[in-house]
Amino acid sequence: MSNFNWQAGPDREGRFGTFGGRYVPETLMPLVLELEQVWEMAKKDPVFQQEMHGFLKDYVGRPSAIYHAERLSEHFGGAKIWFKRDELNHTGAHKINNCLGQVLLAKRMGKTRIIAETGAGQHGVATATVAARFGLKCVVFMGAADIERQKPNVFRMKLLGAEIVSVSSGTGTLKDAMNEALRDWVTHVHDTFYVIGTAAGPHPYPAMVRDFQSVIGREARAQILEREGRLPDACVACIGGGSNAIGLFHPFLADKQVRLIGVEAAGKGLDTSQHAASLTGGTPGILHGNRTYLLQDDDGQIADAHSISAGLDYPGIGPEHSFLHDIGRAEYLSATDTEALEAFQLCTRLEGIIPALEPAHALARVGDLAKELGKSGMILMNMCGRGDKDVFSVAAHLGVEI
Amino acid sequence: MSISRITVAFAKRNRQNQSAFVAYMMAGDPDLDTSRALLLGLPGAGADIVELGMPFSDPIAEGPTIQFAAQRALEAGTKMADVLALAREFRNAHPDTPLILMGYANPVHHMGWEVFAQTAADAGVDGAIIVDLPPEESQPLANALHDHDLALIRLIAPTTVGERLSQVLQGVSGFVYYVSVTGVTGVAVPDGGQVTMAVQNIRKCTDLPIAVGFGVRDPATAQQIAQSADGVVVGSAIVSALAEGGVEAALELTAKLAKAAHQR
Repeated sequence: MSNFNWQAGPDREGRFGTFGGRYVPETLMPLVLELEQVWEMAKKDPVFQQEMHGFLKDYVGRPSAIYHAERLSEHFGGAKIWFKRDELNHTGAHKINNCLGQVLLAKRMGKTRIIAETGAGQHGVATATVAARFGLKCVVFMGAADIERQKPNVFRMKLLGAEIVSVSSGTGTLKDAMNEALRDWVTHVHDTFYVIGTAAGPHPYPAMVRDFQSVIGREARAQILEREGRLPDACVACIGGGSNAIGLFHPFLADKQVRLIGVEAAGKGLDTSQHAASLTGGTPGILHGNRTYLLQDDDGQIADAHSISAGLDYPGIGPEHSFLHDIGRAEYLSATDTEALEAFQLCTRLEGIIPALEPAHALARVGDLAKELGKSGMILMNMCGRGDKDVFSVAAHLGVEI
Repeated sequence: MSISRITVAFAKRNRQNQSAFVAYMMAGDPDLDTSRALLLGLPGAGADIVELGMPFSDPIAEGPTIQFAAQRALEAGTKMADVLALAREFRNAHPDTPLILMGYANPVHHMGWEVFAQTAADAGVDGAIIVDLPPEESQPLANALHDHDLALIRLIAPTTVGERLSQVLQGVSGFVYYVSVTGVTGVAVPDGGQVTMAVQNIRKCTDLPIAVGFGVRDPATAQQIAQSADGVVVGSAIVSALAEGGVEAALELTAKLAKAAHQR
């Protein structure tokens, strides 16, 4: 195991160990295979890489800073806490790193219509933004329940020229939006590119999204080495589908001394049925094109996920996380709605940074970890999104009328 | 029997220069008793082959009609065990009509490929169609089914062209299911000319019977498809008829569709 090449996956069939694969209807298979080829070529094409780099720098605003959260570190009284500030990106989250890459690929493939699913609305906004920039038609599928709790983002997407399709099947959340996006893709396979927002779906999406998001970890690794002269003891990120986490973790996989910690949404508690912790509370199954850990009942029906954070409200997880979990390279913890709300307020008050509810989950575990690691320890947390979008729903949860 | 039951059913219609009629319905929709009544009545109404839908919570290739049918079945508490029990009742009542289970990978994967194949064989099922198991992912299930003499029916889509068509047709058994529209079930109407061309194309690569489905809603379309195909599949229209007019209405429609499919 010591010589294991952590970064080599997936294999030719799109598998990370026994996870991943391409579980899609035959109608989509030829397109999925074509996408894999286009992506393999683009990866090696300096023109594509240059174009990507140019937009990441001038349009997204990369590299994002790393920031020593001094007052939070003092508050917990343990390890030194650093934030990777991907909430400072254009559109306010890490999502745009991936959207930019996929839309550039869509252009290469001659596709004229972009579709996306969205939960919190961050991926929808990022996709609508990039589609607007390149003059492509954009349709965003969003659960009816999420439209209700993410009104500001819905309006932003409309301003950006996207059409929003409200999905009311199932629980009207992220998984249902993804079902509907897949149905649309099957129907419009000739002119449409599906920009999947997380490191899940049929191969090559999990690897491709990871590669686009790995800019987070590559920058952060170089930045922390420059500022601290050493690697952190732990990297921490929240996990819904897991794209920001895999983006942070991947460049650190070979650094065996660095603990990689993903924080899932425990909703109202892991002992209830209302959570979204697929690794902690799920079993392997097949959904949305890949084999991975899922929340499901004893008959293989997908269970409804719950989280205060619309971005984590998904019953699956990217297949590479399932693999890292099973082989023990990464650790997966969870935080409840209440803990995330507390962390949200704490960070806002102490650091003047309003985190999105998604990274507030990660932050909720950072305190325990800081104490565990002690004064000599160092933690790097991905602040993957800002909380402006959550202000209204947080107010509602705190019983404040605004 | 099993795979040979499928072969015999197509051959019988073929000898009379007719297309076989394949009827789809959802197990447990809207409840077990109603779906049992419909299932057992389908052969009498003219169905040569029956596809029994296994409800799944996230059916990504279905249009609204079959999505809602699955939702109703699950809300009524339908389990995989109930689907297989229905299959067994069907087999006892209709020894010669092929029965195919159709659904999605996860409930089958959750049972285990081998357990599923064994249980389905015991219940008298002849084959399975798993929509989200393309050839690249279907080997474990195909092997398990093969061991019990069950067919894994492959789907061919309008996007399955060139080299891939012959690849996908390698090692298939039972029959070939041509998806007549690029889309989900029961929404768009297939283009007759395109279907004829596609069927002719597939025939160059396989000797198996070719059934055509997705979007065939009325007798006129069924008859048109029957000109080139060995089998015509109708699902959403029968599911709608059941939802709107009950078992009697669904069987009435089945009879009309079967008659149309049998008129080549």
